[in-house]
Amino acid sequence: MDQHKTTVKRLSVKHLLGIKDLTKEDIEQIFATADEFKSILNRQVRKVPTLRDMTIANLFFENSTRTKLSFELAEKRLSADVVNFASSSSSVSKGETLIDTVNNILSMKVDMVVMRHPAPGACAFLSKHVDACIVNAGDGTHEHPTQALLDAFSIREKLGDIQGKKVVIVGDILHSRVALSNIYCLQKLGAEVMVCGIPTLIPRHIESLGVKVSYNLKEALQWCDVANMLRIQLERQDTKYFPSLREYTMQFGLTKDLLNSIGKEIVVMHPGPINRGVEISSDVADSDQSIILQQVENGVAIRMAVLYLLAERKD
Amino acid sequence: MEERIILNQKKIDIILERMAHQVYENRIDLSNTAIIGLLPRGKAIAEAIHERLCRMSGMKIAFGTLDSTFYRDDFRRSDKPILPTAMHLDFQIENKYVVIVDDVLYTGRSVRSALNALSDFGRPLKTELMVLIDRRYNRELPIQPDYVGEVVDTRAHDKVKVSFENSEKKVWISTKQP
Repeated sequence: MDQHKTTVKRLSVKHLLGIKDLTKEDIEQIFATADEFKSILNRQVRKVPTLRDMTIANLFFENSTRTKLSFELAEKRLSADVVNFASSSSSVSKGETLIDTVNNILSMKVDMVVMRHPAPGACAFLSKHVDACIVNAGDGTHEHPTQALLDAFSIREKLGDIQGKKVVIVGDILHSRVALSNIYCLQKLGAEVMVCGIPTLIPRHIESLGVKVSYNLKEALQWCDVANMLRIQLERQDTKYFPSLREYTMQFGLTKDLLNSIGKEIVVMHPGPINRGVEISSDVADSDQSIILQQVENGVAIRMAVLYLLAERKD
Repeated sequence: MEERIILNQKKIDIILERMAHQVYENRIDLSNTAIIGLLPRGKAIAEAIHERLCRMSGMKIAFGTLDSTFYRDDFRRSDKPILPTAMHLDFQIENKYVVIVDDVLYTGRSVRSALNALSDFGRPLKTELMVLIDRRYNRELPIQPDYVGEVVDTRAHDKVKVSFENSEKKVWISTKQP
């Protein structure tokens, strides 16, 4: 742990809206803080009293299991008071606007808002209109910053460093907020990034972000140190982007045979939820090369670090 | 800014030797004793005490460091960033004699947070406090040390600084001119 020495500096941002706004130093500060929270999570008493005078609202306008649980656990481990909100059981379905909903919640004296919303930019919009610290837990197809942070943190934990590493993101890049946040995060930390997938699911001009593009999974795997397999987002496939799931799996599904054929050992990641047998086969997901469960474990520590560092800025 | 050295290397070495002897005298059997340095600045002093105790007793004594950042009472109140330092406490403190070590005892607030942090690791048989410098008259909480290197009388705007590099240990008071 000593090699990642803490430098005493505050975050440069007031809200966590996306990785794009963070500096490399911010990300390193979040990692150094998460290291400490991770050691707390492995203790007998897994709770610290730091945020005991703060109230955090988790506003989930879109379904989530992992992220919501992870944020809630992080908040509770920091002793914050937590209120949960899910759009399906709220007045949003009666036509209330986003600002009205949030202002109503804030008038109950909430200090921080963790929000997931189907509209890209919803968190940025909110941060301009309400007086609370906003943490983006995924806004449409835009960004999912805490996922990218925990992915990079998990790579750093597994490989020691991110600088100079080669990471390929495979799958539905077009609809993926995880992909965009990961690209920003990994590049800021000095990694090389490649995206790989079916041409219809790779956004045009993505090279302008400085990433390589490949349409051949085997070639991409031979190039990389880490493969991050994204979920095929069946709920966002309003147009037919590929003929059938079976065909997709044949071309872009990660199997044990394919992994064995590339002649080197790579790290396999997945942000979840997994479509087993589609983008990744069960034996790969459960293998030693996979760090999928470590990603989930690190998610709580990273979210604790983000909440702590944002709350620490008292402005 | 006026600076006045109050302890030099030689004096600090004598004090460390004396405080280690005091712990040894109180415990005699050090097999159940642990030395824990409060991060960031108590670590070097705790290491020096630990090294002396191991030498005196010929035993391997438990050593750790403790970071109490997340237990502080000035979160969101301080102008300076409050960020953690990596700590190592890889033994059970349950039913041990624990000596927590810091450089300067001033308001007592960091010791209070350290005691809270320590209690999350278990219930020691006894916890004692060792400090190199005790700034009496500045306490804001009812906390007193068990082992004191040197007591100094200072005003609130004075600063007591400890440098503990192996090459040159020293303690000095810096006073702002009015």
